[in-house]
Parts: sequence; C-alpha cells; structure tokens
Amino acid sequence: MAQDGIGVAMKRKEDLRFLTGKGTYVDDINRPGQAWAAFVRSPHAHARIQAVRTEAARKAPGVVAILTGADLAADKVGILPAGWLIHSKDGSPMVEPGHPALVADKVRHVGDQVAVVIAETRDQAREAAGLVEVEYEELAAAVTVTQAVAPGAPLVHEQAKANTCYDWHLGDQAATDAAFARAAKVVTLDLVNNRLVPNAMEPRSAIGEFDRATGDLTLWTTSQNPHLIRLLLAAFTLGVPEHKLRVVAPDVGGGFGSKIFHYAEDFTVLWAARKLGRPVKWTNTRTEAFQSDAHGRDHVTHVELALDKDGKFLGLRERTLANMGAYLSQFAPSVPTYLHATLLAGCYTTPAIYSEVRAVFTNTVPVDAYRGAGRPEASYLLERIVDVAARELGIDRVEIRRRNFIQPSQFPYQTPVALQYDSGDYGATLDEALKRSDWAGFEKRRAEAKARGKLRGIGLSTYVEACGIAPSAVVGALGGRVGLWESAHVRVHPTGTVTLFTGTHSHGQSHETTFAQLIAEKLGIPFDNVEVVHGDTAKSAFAMGTYGSRSLAVGGSAIVQAVDKIVAKGRKIAAHLLEAGEGDVEFRDGKFTVKGTDRAKTFGEVALTAYIPHNYPAGLEPGLEEGAVYDPKNFTFPAGCHVCEVEVDPDTGTVQVVGFTAVDDVGIVINPMVVEGQVHGGVAQGIGQALLEEALYDDKSGQLLSGSFLGYNLPRAADLPSFRVGTHATACTHNPLGVKGVGEVGAIGSPPAIINAVCDAIGVRHLDMPATPERVWRALRAAKKA
Amino acid sequence: MPAISLKLNGRSVTAEVEARTLLVELLRERLGLTGTHVGCDTSQCGACTVHVDGRSVKSCTMLALEADGHEVTTIEGLAAADGTLSPVQAAFREHHGLQCGFCTPGMVMSATELVRRNPGASEHQIREWLEGNLCRCTGYHNIVKAVQAAAQAGRG
Repeated sequence: MAQDGIGVAMKRKEDLRFLTGKGTYVDDINRPGQAWAAFVRSPHAHARIQAVRTEAARKAPGVVAILTGADLAADKVGILPAGWLIHSKDGSPMVEPGHPALVADKVRHVGDQVAVVIAETRDQAREAAGLVEVEYEELAAAVTVTQAVAPGAPLVHEQAKANTCYDWHLGDQAATDAAFARAAKVVTLDLVNNRLVPNAMEPRSAIGEFDRATGDLTLWTTSQNPHLIRLLLAAFTLGVPEHKLRVVAPDVGGGFGSKIFHYAEDFTVLWAARKLGRPVKWTNTRTEAFQSDAHGRDHVTHVELALDKDGKFLGLRERTLANMGAYLSQFAPSVPTYLHATLLAGCYTTPAIYSEVRAVFTNTVPVDAYRGAGRPEASYLLERIVDVAARELGIDRVEIRRRNFIQPSQFPYQTPVALQYDSGDYGATLDEALKRSDWAGFEKRRAEAKARGKLRGIGLSTYVEACGIAPSAVVGALGGRVGLWESAHVRVHPTGTVTLFTGTHSHGQSHETTFAQLIAEKLGIPFDNVEVVHGDTAKSAFAMGTYGSRSLAVGGSAIVQAVDKIVAKGRKIAAHLLEAGEGDVEFRDGKFTVKGTDRAKTFGEVALTAYIPHNYPAGLEPGLEEGAVYDPKNFTFPAGCHVCEVEVDPDTGTVQVVGFTAVDDVGIVINPMVVEGQVHGGVAQGIGQALLEEALYDDKSGQLLSGSFLGYNLPRAADLPSFRVGTHATACTHNPLGVKGVGEVGAIGSPPAIINAVCDAIGVRHLDMPATPERVWRALRAAKKA
Repeated sequence: MPAISLKLNGRSVTAEVEARTLLVELLRERLGLTGTHVGCDTSQCGACTVHVDGRSVKSCTMLALEADGHEVTTIEGLAAADGTLSPVQAAFREHHGLQCGFCTPGMVMSATELVRRNPGASEHQIREWLEGNLCRCTGYHNIVKAVQAAAQAGRG
C-alpha cells in the first residue's frame, strides 16, 4: 500500500482554503455590472391569480425589470421537466403537469414563484418585490396526502384526478397473498415517514451571465450536477444549445440531494440575464429556502409481514401514499418507486413481496430525493415491522433477524423485488455492532438508569441499500430519462503530474482528496502531484454528477478505466525506450520495468517522452491524456447494522441518544477518515429525522409552521452523542475498485434503530417520528392509562 | 452616510456605511472578506461568526456602525502571516472537522474563543458552547474532537 494511496486516512486537500476563508461559493462571486433578483412568492397554499400589479414596484429605486408568469408564457420558456416517467398499474403514464418557473394562473404552494424583480442592488430588489401587488382568489388546499386522496378534495392540478400522479406497484401480488394465507402470524403496522427539509448550510444561489459579444450564457449555481442542469436548460427550459451554455458549480456548501434539481431560480436568472444583457444574481434567504428547496420523505404507509411459527418471513405487503408536493421535481417520481420498493427485501430471504405506491399531489413544496431517497423509507418500515414481529412472537430481536438473513453463500442473491445483490455479510456487521455497542451488557445499564429515574432502551436495525446508481439500460427500462454513467479524463502533464477532470461534484464528499489518492495509488505518483477538477461544464466532459452515493462506485470506476488506458499507452512508450517487447514491460510503483531486470523508466520519464517524442514508437500519437466513461453493471449494495441506545426522562418525555454504533459494509475504503465522516453526518441526519426534524404544515392553511431555524429543529451539537463507527468490507464484485458507496448509509440505517430504541425504552409498540418530548410523554401517559 | 473606523484583521479600515448595513454585509460585500458566510436569516446558524474585541459575535446580528472603534477578526485573519494555521484551524484539519466548509469559518471562530476562555473544556461543555453554530455535514463528532484536541493542548 502506498503511503498516500488507497486505504490511507490522508488529510484533505480541500481543507486549507475552507479553513482560511478562501473557499469560493456562488454567493462569494460578483460579476461586473451585475443586477440582483428577488422573487415574489405566493403567501397562499392554493389560490388563483387574478392580477399582478407591478406599477408601484417599477417606480421603486433601482428597479431594472419585473418579469411575471405572463412574460414567461409569452417567451414559451421555463417549464421545469420531470426526469423520470412512472407508469401506473393499468399501464397509463403518470400525470405530468409542467412546473412553470413563474406561475401565471394559480399558485399551488406557499412559496410558489409569481414574479421576479431585478434591481441594481439586493436590498432594492427585495424591497421592490414587496411592492408587487398580487390579487389572489384563495382556494381550499389539499395539504396532507390523506386530505388529497379524500373524496371531493381540492385538485392541485385539474388533470390529476383525485390528486393522483400515479398508482404503481411492484412484486408478485398473487404469490404474496398466498404467503399471507398460509402464515402462522401476520403483523401489521401503520407508520408515517416524516417530511424533512434538507437544509444544506449554504443557501442556494445563482448568477446568470450573457456575453453580448459571443451570445454565450454562463450560469454559476449551487449544484451537485452542473452538466445535468446544462442539459435541462438546453433541452427543456431555455432552449439554448449546449455549446453556447456553460454551467459552473464552484465550492458548494452541502447538498444532500436538494441541489440535484433544476430549480426555477436557476432558469430565471439566466433568462433575465439574456433579456437584460447583464449579469443577474440571486441568493436565497433561509426562510425562502424552506419554501423553495425540495423537501424529502413524506410517506404514509401501511405494512404487513407474514411469518411462519418460527419467525421466518413468508411475505411482505406495503401500501404507501407518497407526497409529491405541488409539482414533480426531477427525480421525485423515482424516489418512492424504484429507489424504495426495490429495497423491501432488506437483508432477508422474504420470498414474496408486494408494494403499492400511490403518488399524490398536494399544496406543499415539491418533494424529491433527500439523503437516502426512498431507501430510508424502506429500511424504516422494514426494520420497524421486524421489531414489532419479534415483540409479538416473543422472539429475540437479534435472533429473528439472524433467522431471516441472506447468507454469504447465497450471493449473488435475486430478491423478489427486481434487485440482484452481489455481495454482503450481514451476520458479520451485526456481530461487530453488537460487540462494539456491548449489546449483551445492556440490561445492567437499563437497571442502572432505572435507579436514576430514567427509562433506558436499546434498538437495532440491519439494513441494505442500493446505490452507485445506475446501469443506464436498467434505468431506461424503468422510466429514467437519463443514462447514469460517469466520465473521467486523466491529463498527464509533460513533467508527470496529473489533472483529473471528473463529471462528479464534491460538496463535502472530499473527492479532491480521495480521487487524488486513487490516482496516486494507480500511477505510483505522489498524492500532491494530482489535482482534481470538477464542477464546470467548460472543463470536464458531460457526465451525470453526484447523488445516490455514486461518485466513487461509478465516477471512481471511470477514473480507473482512464488510468488503465494511460498505463497501456505508457507501456508502449516504455517498451520502445527500453527496447523490449510490450508484453515484457510491467508497471508497478510508478515504474515501467522489463520483467526480471532492473531496466526501468519512471512514469515521469515516460510522460516527458510522450510530449517530446524524439525517440518514439512509430504510429503512436504523442501526448498522454485519456478519457473513459463507466456505465455500471449493477447497483451496489452497502449494508450494515446500527445500534442505538437512548434514555428517556419519563417526566418530560425528552429522549437523549446516549450511545450510537454503526458498523457498515461500504465495500473497499479509499480513505477511512472520510468514510467515518460521511457516516457521522448521515447518522446525525437520521437522528434528526427520528427525534427532532419535521416539516410541519398547518393542514388547513397550508402554511409551513416549521419554516425557519427557529421552528425547524436541526440537530445541534448538544443533541447528539459521539458515535462509534466501524466498517466491515465485502468487496463489490462488479466494479474495478470493489467499492459500494457511503454517502447515504448513515441516514438509511439509523432512524429505525433509534425508534426501536425509544419503543424499547418506553414499552410501546410504535411511535411515529419525530419522537418529540410531547409525543413520547403522551405515549407514556397513554400506556399508563391502559 | 456615517463613516466608521475599525481595526480589521490587524489593519485600520475606514468605511462609509448606511445606518442599516450589517457587519456581515460590510465584510462580505464592501470589503471582499467572503470567508464569513450567511446561512440563515434568524441568527441561528452561526456561519457568520467573527470576533469583536476577541469575543465571538454573529455578524448578521450586529450593525456595521456598532463596530466603530472596535477590533474585528474574521476567519481570514486567524492564520499567521506566513500562512501557518492557528491551533484550532490545524485541529479541524487534523480531525476532519469540516466537509463542505460552509459552516467552518463560523465554527472555527466560535471554537477559538472557547479554547481561549476554557482550555480544559469537556466534551459536554464544547457541545453546549457550539449551540449557536449549525453544521449539517459532520454530525459534530469530528468538530468536537478537533476542539477537544485544541483545548487539551491549551491553545487558542
């Protein structure tokens, strides 16, 4: 192992600029002559626009222009598309209303964009936005999924009957029904997967710029995937050809899914910049972010598990109402379907599974992928009902899981819900987590806590997820409108240093470090000799970006392919220089060596020769630069076991997480420090979901009640414990690095472990998330009465 | 517009400001010190934390006028002139106390004051102290480790 290669906890290249205030986030950028944009947003959940009066605003100081939905319609631009087509059970395509960047007819959620004011300064734009008078006819709103599917509910979109976007299913219904018919025990559970606001710390921001000389357009934006934004702008929203359009996502302050999407504001600043012939900048306020960033989760689910008398799972049935919000965000249709129901086998051999998912429009902010995207909803319902089943059958919680695990010898394992798992060892991660959390010694801790007047509980989850998305052909067959391969270009400079151009984007994931380690290892050159370039469509080749824990599994595999091409060409050059047969030259530790001899050329010597080809193989092109794309053969399947220990104060209902252990199989690890950091962050978001966070709407007015950091309970340092984190690797069998992905495991594995611990502490069958003090206190009180 | 004078990262600065200009706006928009970030509009996230006379202050909650005659240090002024990181900055790097980097400047400024005031701070005290600084990436685990390391070394 190289000292700075794969498996080493290298300190990050990114850190120096971030620690000294030299990062460059979009809001740090200002363009000459720039104007500022501010949006006029709907204060109503559902209302018809009767008139938009801009006269007063136009007279306000500094105002340059005001654009409304009518201008958008006149230009025939700005309809944000969905990126995934789902078909209903009956074969009909989903209802797909366009999402106008500025609305002309009716607003469909609080925060919906009605107009944009462009002014000389930010304050002038915001002040003038307050002077735009919009006359609304308020309509009754459908706020929750339950309200939206009730007979006679107000329609968010007239063409979506009963507010249904699609009514989809997966699995063998007849086989599942048969499994239930012969079951010794059926366990049922109704649960809610609470709506969350991703809340990356950097608010979204964008600058549109138009070059009058060339007609080129540039968008600086807070994006996880600038190429995808450019494609959508070119093909759908703005209609500008891609070669005249550049999208730059510089340093981006976290995403967690929420910065995947093509938002109205991105389009609008670019459209306005072209109209006005000057740069237009916009930065979200946090309060507006709550009303305009895509939210996550929001499922209402009924689940049933059929078991035989020994606790073997025979069948699983799920019926879910999934909230889409007011419009379809790009990946929203795929989240509760192919990123959710396909995970319902979990780690278990359940032979028959049937899932029905009805996606529903409501008068709320659109819902889309948020860290885990569909998979936390799957792990939660599964690991909750397994715990309930254990309780009702009187089987130990660990034992019931072991009895149903897919065994290491069974891989590759075909589940009844479409996926084929390639590798895993669920017993190993379980054993390690039990050991590290001292599961066996828990009852002593419970008794000790009881003596202090506290209720202590422990819970676990054993999960599997699917990431490294995804094989393009599979995605296409399932309704995806994109391919999900990834690109890498490795440019070796004449002196042997390397610049990597990757299509992925790093907004906290540490790619500048880990990708450099990967190249350092493969080429045997120092880590410091590698620079990673990402986030600019003018620099890196088209690719799909960063989400679904795909950057290493897919993007890293593309890097390996490109490096392999570099080595292959280098071998030809070295063989020529060494007057040896190509087959006799091997590349190791940064040297091309004639096998069995000490005759060698260093990587640097070969690189120099490639650019100064005075003595060079005939017919070989000079230069040393190679590109590759990697289209994955399968998803990857990280898995693991999370154990949570909580203490509940019975007088206040307050839950404190007093211990959290995560042992994850994320495949081969490039940088253990980075991997642990990703798990910490994911678990923190899982604890947030389970105990603290909820995007709570008033169910009549459709106002977001937890609409700022004053009302939305983002985890703070004192809310969380230190974590015990470990890994146990089984290699992925179908990518060249054996890697699986780590970005989302923390948020997928942890919520059920936490709620299982809370239920264990207070002795109740189920409690919905977030387990707030009020909910816990009421549950304790109800249990006492019963 | 009223004029103010302050000492900023060791240098004397004079600026004319509108009465309503916030300190963070002066720093970011007028003086080009974009290391200080704005992550919310309710004084909750702490990304804008700077030092005023050595005390950490949320610069979104202070008028630029109030800085008149005071000494302000931002993240850009923390490392030594030769670029050597301050002990807290170095500890954040050593312990992977940052991921996306957005909360980092405020987090480092806040932690720097804690380490100076309470070099022996316990994990509990560190977590309580950081109540006003939100991070969405790290789960605080490595931030706490970094601050502990800097505190145990007794160095701000």
